[in-house]
Amino acid sequence: MFAYVVRRILATIPVMAVVALFVFSLLYIAPGDPAAVIAGDQATPEDVERIRASLGLDRPYLVRFGAWVFDIVRGDLGVSIFTNLPVSTMIMQRVEPTFSLMVVTLILAVSIAVPLGVVAAWKVGTAIDKAVMGFAVLGFSVPVFVVGYLLAWTFALELDWLPVQGYTPLSEGLWPWLENLILPAIALGSVYIALIARITRATMLEVLQQDYIRTARAKGAGQRSILFVHALKNAAVPIVTVIGIGIALLIGGAVVTESVFAIPGLGRLTVDAILRRDYPVIQGVVLLFSFVYVLVNLMIDLLYTLFDPRIRY
Amino acid sequence: MDRRTFFKAGAGIAALGASGGLGAPALAQGAAQRTLRFVPQANLANFDPIWGTQYVVRNAACLVWDTLYGFDANLVPQRQMVESEEVTDGGKTWTFRLREGLRFHDGEPVRARDVAASLNRWAVRDGMGQMIRAIQEEPVQAVDDRTFRWRLKQPYPKMLVALGKNNTPMAFIMPERLARTDPFQQVTEFIGSGPMRLVRNEWVPGAKAVFAKFEHYVPRQEPASWLAGGKVINFDRIEWIIMPDPATASAALQNGEIDWWETPLTDLVPSLRRNRNIRADIADPLGNIGSFRFNHLHPPFNDVRARRAIAMALNQEDYMRAVAGDDRSLWSTLPSFFTPGTPLYTEAGGDILKGPRNIDGAKRLLAEAGYDGQPITVLVAQDQAPLKAMGEVTNALLTSLGMRVDFVATDWGTVGQRRAMRNPPGQGGWHVFHTWHAGADCTNPSSYLALRTHGDGAWFGWPSDAAVEAARNKWFEAPNLEAEKAAVAEMNAAAFNHVTYLPTGFFKTYQAWRSNVSGIIGAPIPFFWNVSKS
Repeated sequence: MFAYVVRRILATIPVMAVVALFVFSLLYIAPGDPAAVIAGDQATPEDVERIRASLGLDRPYLVRFGAWVFDIVRGDLGVSIFTNLPVSTMIMQRVEPTFSLMVVTLILAVSIAVPLGVVAAWKVGTAIDKAVMGFAVLGFSVPVFVVGYLLAWTFALELDWLPVQGYTPLSEGLWPWLENLILPAIALGSVYIALIARITRATMLEVLQQDYIRTARAKGAGQRSILFVHALKNAAVPIVTVIGIGIALLIGGAVVTESVFAIPGLGRLTVDAILRRDYPVIQGVVLLFSFVYVLVNLMIDLLYTLFDPRIRY
Repeated sequence: MDRRTFFKAGAGIAALGASGGLGAPALAQGAAQRTLRFVPQANLANFDPIWGTQYVVRNAACLVWDTLYGFDANLVPQRQMVESEEVTDGGKTWTFRLREGLRFHDGEPVRARDVAASLNRWAVRDGMGQMIRAIQEEPVQAVDDRTFRWRLKQPYPKMLVALGKNNTPMAFIMPERLARTDPFQQVTEFIGSGPMRLVRNEWVPGAKAVFAKFEHYVPRQEPASWLAGGKVINFDRIEWIIMPDPATASAALQNGEIDWWETPLTDLVPSLRRNRNIRADIADPLGNIGSFRFNHLHPPFNDVRARRAIAMALNQEDYMRAVAGDDRSLWSTLPSFFTPGTPLYTEAGGDILKGPRNIDGAKRLLAEAGYDGQPITVLVAQDQAPLKAMGEVTNALLTSLGMRVDFVATDWGTVGQRRAMRNPPGQGGWHVFHTWHAGADCTNPSSYLALRTHGDGAWFGWPSDAAVEAARNKWFEAPNLEAEKAAVAEMNAAAFNHVTYLPTGFFKTYQAWRSNVSGIIGAPIPFFWNVSKS
């Protein structure tokens, strides 16, 4: 197991290298010019050219790529073209809001979706099952930003229960922190809840047909025990897989959610950086997301061994 | 107890053990009054107003850095940091004296050598500064701690306009150690002598910038008028909160989470106005001038007849309705290159934009210019609502003239890069792009880069016309307002004759604020002095 984990962690290096090459090349060939954005609309072409030169953007591809890789290897993600701040500092400023949003969303989604899926499977064909599946279709179909606006309108503007926007660090208290995350987490989690609920239902339906479930019933096990001890544990592998894959969904959704709720997280940092062509920031954030995604997948693989002892690495 | 309080209390009690306390973010009433929460037009991503000349940087810089002179509401430069000035040697030597008590935020006094270094850096980047540099006998020199001198080879009557104008880059004064930074590199500290200081450790680019009152700032005694007069700050903190989504900003304003929103979407203003706690009014009386920008290097628009054909057919009402809707208080047609309602405004030569549009005549003129059906590359930034709207109208206009349109729907970052390409349109270049010019930049020719016609050195599109440049030079030499008006009228007529670019109309935008905030005025820059909150 230990050797497997080490091997998997080492395997992230070539993955990250490919991501780095891909991201850098993509940005190199993408149109857009940060110098023009910096210079402003009143700048002359000569001003723009001088700014471009001062930023080193006039250097050949290989020189720029080599310099960037050299810095990355030394643990230096570079400096933002616009803010002049180290990319690592900018990422650190934004990690907490995004991480908080994802954790709250994850907890909310799993704690709602898994029971919903289990109940839908248990009550298959009934009104409860149809209601859960109807909700799942709705969750898939309505875009995150629409859900976000509806929630903000209802719970912030009309009912005045929660704030419209913003983020308060956890260090300023649990409620202020949570207060700002409830609506974004519900908005972001709606697709995720739908996805997990559907997978849970489908997997549970399959597991509930198995012989050992019949045996458990014959032994006189209670319904709750059958559902949550015997069935759910055996249905967990695909559910955990979907939860893991869904992390990517959350990262993508966080970009929109953070904009709608004005949360100063990594999603907004990414969008801002792309719009301004702040190459070092884009590269740094994408590398970070890739790394997180690789790690999450590793964790999912390790979790399999907990749920299914037959799986060995 | 309302439901929100109940909700808060319930969850808070549950969370108490984990958090060690509720820590509710509500500010005490007094503290709330002393904090202004402002949503600016854009993200404050950098903060060197000489290096980066975006308007949002300039607007924030006005809080932190002071200027020697400042435009008042009549567009007349008035003394700000300067106590007196003297012009000698037949107008060739300018000697200035700083007023007493000026201090930077690090506690150091503002000295003449700080001013000299600041002006020398600014003059590299600013259009008027470059003109002064071109005729200077020597760079700005400090004579003593409070006196500095600029010696020129020839008179420059517009010196005070250059030092007091509000166009970017403004002549902000920095400490000498910062002002010695290469003008094409960012400064690394943000120390000024303005009425507020940047709270560096709370600045999260893209999210928030916080300014704290500078206790040692000594405002002038005269009443404030734009950049002139006493800049009295009534807040301990001004928080700039970046909100990329207009619907969110609208909801936050209605909910009282912010106090002032600089650029509400026009479509949202009616709903804001229905809220009795919100006021909405014109943000900037000098508004904006929409621009249809030609590339003068390549056919067909290297031929003035092709450009005139577009002018004959272009309907400004179409553009303005697309940009600003049916609210006529927000827009007007504009047969001029200059800002309406300002002293030098003229419509000389602007008849080509007036009256019924002549589509058939335009088609004939295009044929005479040799237009052969080649695709016309129009760059349209989809992420800027006014530009997207103008692009759509242009697409329809060119199509109605029988032109083939290569409609390049892209983002502003790409337009910014591609418009600098001089290649033929089929090889990465372009024929047309849209932008807009702040009306404050178009009140006179001083910083009006878009109207310059000095060929390779001119703004994107690289127009070349001696008559426009000659008229511009007359304005710089004009000894009085009458002469200035004559020069500007000549320039306007020459620019229409040459069709340097085409104004698509004049439009304004709204600003909105909570009704408990007072002192907000309509101006090209959001001025925070004399604003207060009850």
